[in-house]
Amino acid sequence: MGAERPPVAPAGPQRRFRQDPLLLRVPLILVGVAAVALLIVVPVANVFYQALSHGVGTYWRNLVDDPDTRHAILLTLIVAPVSVALNVGFGIAAAWAVTRFQFRGRTFLVTLIDLPFAISPVVAGLMFVLLFGLQGYFGPWLRDHGIHIIFALPGLILATTFVTLPFVARELIPVMEAIGADEETAALSLGAGGWQIFWRVTLPNIKWGLLYGVILCNARAMGEFGAVYVVSGHIAGQTDTMPLRVQKLFDEYNNPGSFAVASILTSLALLTLLAKVSLERKTRREIAAAGAFVGPERPRNADSRETP
Amino acid sequence: MSIAVKNVTKKFGNFVALDDVSLDVPGGSLLALLGPSGSGKTTLLRIIAGLDGADRGSVLYHDEDVTNRSPRDRNVGFVFQHYALFRHMTVFENVAFGLRVRRASKSKIESRVRELLHLVRLDGFGGRYPPQLSGGQRQRVALARALAVEPGVLLLDEPFGALDAKVRQELRQWLRRFHDEIKVTTIFVTHDQEEAFEVADRVVVMHNGRIEQHGTPQEVFDCPANPFVMDFLGNVNVFHGRVQDGKMLLGGIEMACPEYPHGESRAATAYVRPHELDIDRSPADASSLRAKVLQINPNGSVAKVRLESEGSELELNVEINLDRYAELGLKPGDLVHVAPRRFRVFIPEDYAI
Repeated sequence: MGAERPPVAPAGPQRRFRQDPLLLRVPLILVGVAAVALLIVVPVANVFYQALSHGVGTYWRNLVDDPDTRHAILLTLIVAPVSVALNVGFGIAAAWAVTRFQFRGRTFLVTLIDLPFAISPVVAGLMFVLLFGLQGYFGPWLRDHGIHIIFALPGLILATTFVTLPFVARELIPVMEAIGADEETAALSLGAGGWQIFWRVTLPNIKWGLLYGVILCNARAMGEFGAVYVVSGHIAGQTDTMPLRVQKLFDEYNNPGSFAVASILTSLALLTLLAKVSLERKTRREIAAAGAFVGPERPRNADSRETP
Repeated sequence: MSIAVKNVTKKFGNFVALDDVSLDVPGGSLLALLGPSGSGKTTLLRIIAGLDGADRGSVLYHDEDVTNRSPRDRNVGFVFQHYALFRHMTVFENVAFGLRVRRASKSKIESRVRELLHLVRLDGFGGRYPPQLSGGQRQRVALARALAVEPGVLLLDEPFGALDAKVRQELRQWLRRFHDEIKVTTIFVTHDQEEAFEVADRVVVMHNGRIEQHGTPQEVFDCPANPFVMDFLGNVNVFHGRVQDGKMLLGGIEMACPEYPHGESRAATAYVRPHELDIDRSPADASSLRAKVLQINPNGSVAKVRLESEGSELELNVEINLDRYAELGLKPGDLVHVAPRRFRVFIPEDYAI
């Protein structure tokens, strides 16, 4: 979202040709600022304004005194980390497979990873209901064995994991591709086993990219509404996550309560954004370093003399 | 430790990278695998290291079959073309890696790494990161890292490929001296014949997944086994003619060729290196060729003369020493006589290439 820095115009008479006339620049900038203010700044600020409109005390009571709200916050804090953990495992495995091996169906797998982005979350939720719900294929068997998936925690985790599936893998594939397999092969030749290679060589190389994927994945997991709405059955105090709770409170005309929960989600989003920006710089450096490293012979410091 | 490769075949899809290759490497020797790109030399090196598996055939270390052993159990040191240093580790940690994964004691790691950094002349560089080093320094870190686990075999894949000419030259000589000090069986891959001949005890010339010739640099250079080796080892003049009754006929001239005493006439190709041709003002004997001087390039220790033979319009490259050049007083356009001192004849049918 940060404004692009304008390219540095060369000094001298050429400069004026590079810039648009003032008459065009000022309105354009104003339109840009107005759009950002109207669509982003005002609504976000309003969330906090509404939440705190009855004072800090009421805000706090709205969050803490209502057991259903408390449960919703707790549930989100369970579902999101579990989904993220599952996706870290899946993402690393998928990125490893795609970047380190050539196999039939490799491109197909890459496309498949993106599928959850393309499918509407509501449809995703419905898919799980049709599989694991009482009327679904596995419903009767699950019921007979006393396993609850739909309208229960496993369903929430399943739906959230599905929707956030691409984030970690998508982030890791380019990083691992840029780094290449050379260091892993070197570690192998030095006698390292599979896990040693992963922990000592692969993970340190991809850690910033991985963290970036985790942050994006987490943000999406906490905010997930559509898929979770379908699989949860939104039972207050049982399967309501924070976004569902926001909607329910809003439907009950409890605006301060609704906005109080919304403000927490928004704060989490803002924190995510900050973390994302700082990490983006690090990953960019990581990829740049990977590129420079395999590049042609070019000593970095002029005083490093050859002493063969 | 000696190494033996027995009847190894390796295919990548339909491409035959190695075709029934066998090779013996005596313990303690320094051997060069020489060949153009795609000749299978790197594949052979990786199979010896255990980084790739052979489709057929076996690899023996000191008469012990290691074909099915993983690289970690083969105890090899491998140096990669682009170094493949661990970029997030310091030089010290890079060198220590092999010892750490083998759970060596702290004090042993400390002393061994110091010793190796000293050996590769990088004392005091332990705290640096790979991107802070020059290419030659990185190469030596890679070497120290490979040597840390005291390998029985040292394998180097195009070790000087990514370095500039001067550093390359220095590192070559350094590797030679280094090998004489540590005496580990060493195999390195290169496509640069000069490099192979300068550094190695033994040279293996590869082409299309096969070994064309194996011998000391002297043997390979003086007696190339076939036209490919002759051609690959550099600059050579090629004459097409016929052999019959122990003579080779090339246009108007005749040369003795006792290897082919047969009565039937066969097409043959003669190869002569530039320094094996003599230039004279007057015809020496029946084997001299009349030619016109096109260009002269007195370059360093020799004068390189480009000529065109009369009649056949064949271009010849000749190298003569500077004294001879001064004595002859050659100028472009002069008509002279060119005679080979040595040549090698190959019958093309015997070497379908």
